[in-house]
Amino acid sequence: MRSSTPASAISSVPAVPEPAAPARRPRFGLWRRFRRNRAALFGLAVTTAFVIVGVFAPLLAPYGQLDMAASFQPPGREHVFGTDSLGTDVFSNVIYGTRVSLLVGLFSVLTSTAIGITIGAAAGFFSGRVDTLLMRLTEMFQVLPQFFLAIVIVAIFGASVWSIILIIGVLNWPATARLLRAEFLALREREFVEAARALGMSNFDLIVREILPNALPPIIVNATLQVSGAILLEASLSFLGLGDPNAMSWGIMLHNAQDFFNRAWWMAAFPGFALFLTTLGVNLMGDGLNDALNPKTQSR
Amino acid sequence: MSLGGYLLKRVFYSIPLMLGAITIIFALIHAAPGEPTDYIIGDASVSQEFIDRLRAEMGLDRPLWVQLGKYVLEVMSGNFGFSYVRNTPVIALILDRLPATLLLMVTQYVVSVALGIYLGVISARRPNSLLDRGITVFSLAAFAIPLFWLGQMLILTVAYQLDWFPIQGMVNIRQGYTGFAHVLDVAHHLFLPALTLALPNIALILRLTRSSMIEVIGQEYIKVARAKGLSERSVLFKHALRNALIPVVTVVSLNLPTLIAGAVLTETVFAWPGLGRLTFDAIHARDYPLLMGMFIFISLVVILGNLIADLLYALLDPRIRYQ
Repeated sequence: MRSSTPASAISSVPAVPEPAAPARRPRFGLWRRFRRNRAALFGLAVTTAFVIVGVFAPLLAPYGQLDMAASFQPPGREHVFGTDSLGTDVFSNVIYGTRVSLLVGLFSVLTSTAIGITIGAAAGFFSGRVDTLLMRLTEMFQVLPQFFLAIVIVAIFGASVWSIILIIGVLNWPATARLLRAEFLALREREFVEAARALGMSNFDLIVREILPNALPPIIVNATLQVSGAILLEASLSFLGLGDPNAMSWGIMLHNAQDFFNRAWWMAAFPGFALFLTTLGVNLMGDGLNDALNPKTQSR
Repeated sequence: MSLGGYLLKRVFYSIPLMLGAITIIFALIHAAPGEPTDYIIGDASVSQEFIDRLRAEMGLDRPLWVQLGKYVLEVMSGNFGFSYVRNTPVIALILDRLPATLLLMVTQYVVSVALGIYLGVISARRPNSLLDRGITVFSLAAFAIPLFWLGQMLILTVAYQLDWFPIQGMVNIRQGYTGFAHVLDVAHHLFLPALTLALPNIALILRLTRSSMIEVIGQEYIKVARAKGLSERSVLFKHALRNALIPVVTVVSLNLPTLIAGAVLTETVFAWPGLGRLTFDAIHARDYPLLMGMFIFISLVVILGNLIADLLYALLDPRIRYQ
């Protein structure tokens, strides 16, 4: 296994700013470098399986979400992961739970990345007063205890998968904004930007066409690592009883398992392991992507 | 810039942060469905006149900015709201639960700093050795494991099956120990939740220590220390570690929000009677004033934590003061 860079070790933990990466990396041979990393390949395989299971959940699950059998059956031939307190099949529920995690991981990170790119690009490109103002705002969002804020908002306004996605997205953008700002500060002084500016390109085109494409690699790595954070956050909220009551999710299953420790270990063991495996897979894929994009900072 | 001047600047910076946190909660209170008066009235049927009088009494008929100003002053004077569900001021509930959470957090810090630094140093000594790889695998797993699930699995295995540790709570109520037996009883209950909470932090600290040690070990003064014939132990733990620890200190103190999130989940799993469990209970009792008051309290603690991080950083690394 290849050791990951310090930057990637930090970035799987929220609230830690990433150091500015050197601008412009060679991107050819990305897959060649990624392929050499066995841990990253494992991560890619897990992530792919996760997406496939999420998309085809109704075809893969042996039982429907409303099929009830005898409750608390231990894992066996009919119910591989056993049944829960209501008598529904734990294996099928784990499969259905994939969908919520997939939706949350994908859309909350799309939201946070979009906000982060807008704010980070504006701050890095215009600098001066705009930069100061936006960075103060970013700092404020980063200092706030986000998990607790999410708890308060979901508790007050009610939980649905989409409201949770929106809240996680709105809380998670600061890291992206800071990262992109650092990239922009480094890139905007470079010759190709000067040249484009001299040719009379508008600010908007400079940002979107010239600088942004070159600043994307670290943003992509960051977004990948944020996916696992978002999945964990949704599961944590659901575990506390703040999940969407109309959707089966791994966090909700773990919440329900909490009352039946002494009767049914399988109610907690399987959904939690699915959550663990997914997070691990996405993280390893993100670390591998980071190493492949920054060949210089790979293991020493 | 002097240390005092630097600190003053940081304190000044944190004022808008505090005001921001208070404003967010104020906005939430007003955006929330229903009115604050609903908490008091409940299901009772009352006249419109009574509601109007109550609104006037609570200042709800004043312009929003007056209410915000009043709210800020209230919070600054230590009034974090009133829990109508428990019929107690929020601050009293917080102070009642704070010691249990502090005990958990401090234990967690001691464990994770000691283990994290030790593992980071031995990992950095021979990068890519079998030991280093093993520690890396451990840290990747520790980053990915959901805390509450880890807690549940620990309860299932070592507490429930093996019966080595109590399953939940902070004390054995049936025995009602006192004195030293009480201390032992609490420590016995503390072990699993502290371990659960510490695990991701151990991973974080060890990763940081490792990478910053590898950087420091490559520098000239370490070669000098080795050339002087100092023992490897003294080179690593005295000379290298001192400088390698600077980034660790900052990140660990900035990591407080993550730690608080972890505490909420861990305390819920282990029924540890601290602020986290109070949060869980407040969610289920729909005790919104309590949740909001706790959010403000925790925000202030986090901002204070950042100030302390700044101070430590300035003390450890004098260069920072001149930037």
